[in-house]
Amino acid sequence: MSTDNAHGGAHVAHHFKDATQQYDSGKEGIWLFMVTEILMFGGLFVGYAIYHNMYPEMFSEGASSLDWKMGFINTLVLIFSSFTMAISITFCQKNDKKKAAMALATTILCGAVFMCIKYFEYSHKFHLGLLPGKYLDVAKVGAEHANLGLYFGFYYCMTGLHGLHVLIGMGLISWCLIKTLRGDFSDQYWLPVEGVGLFWHIVDLIWIFLFPLLYLVG
Amino acid sequence: MAQNQNNDRNHLHPHITPMATYLKVAGVLFALTFLTIIAHHFNKSLGALAAPVAFLIAMVKAFFVMAWFMHMKDDKVLNRVIFGTGFFFLFVLFIFCAMDLATRVMEISPL
Repeated sequence: MSTDNAHGGAHVAHHFKDATQQYDSGKEGIWLFMVTEILMFGGLFVGYAIYHNMYPEMFSEGASSLDWKMGFINTLVLIFSSFTMAISITFCQKNDKKKAAMALATTILCGAVFMCIKYFEYSHKFHLGLLPGKYLDVAKVGAEHANLGLYFGFYYCMTGLHGLHVLIGMGLISWCLIKTLRGDFSDQYWLPVEGVGLFWHIVDLIWIFLFPLLYLVG
Repeated sequence: MAQNQNNDRNHLHPHITPMATYLKVAGVLFALTFLTIIAHHFNKSLGALAAPVAFLIAMVKAFFVMAWFMHMKDDKVLNRVIFGTGFFFLFVLFIFCAMDLATRVMEISPL
């Protein structure tokens, strides 16, 4: 016999009193995790601000070597993916399995497009010798500042960590997609999609700040 | 989100955001991204204001993402407070670093 508290509607795990408590607890946990995300990226942002304050000309030289068009297209891709992620929750809540699956698949596709553009950006930079820290080829780049590698250290750390989040997000959305296709979600149970959605929006949120910081302002 | 409307706490009542709202929010976010680029083209004339303008637009975009896409405007106060603490402690980290940098005295080493 199962110890789970099943009451017709949602499946309630045995350590929860009822479906509402289960939903609220799950969501609170996700928000707590979001705080750790903000603090992790926040530390990098503050580090960037400190070094930018110390060497403004060097950061300006670094930013000028980035192609804002690439960052701009990626911003649009991520905003669109956030939109498809948000509507997938609506479709789950409306018991529209097919449309929810399509919205989730589109979100994964957008993530893949983002990573492709990132790949082209990175490989172009590697080719030019724009590498982080001591690996930056000062002679090849013709860098005005010998320590330009510091800027690219920040660039690769911040966009790399962000890219890792995109990849993890794509994996999590794939998991949601499989569960959607299996018919696990309904108007009584959609928390995993909402939680993964919050994670995906955080990824979008961080990019919203990374784009002007790295590509435009420098 | 899931409110208890008819005393049956085992029945969730999803707060469904209409599609039209999401489309409007996405439209605003796209428009603001274009605005960021337009502002960037006036970089030279904006001068010292270029960075604050870019970050102000980014903050407005972040507000739209958090309020509507992340459903913070309909979320429980506790969840908003939890998320707010993250930004509060980020501000604390930033302000102490900024105070340190601003109050440093240049010392010439006698060596």
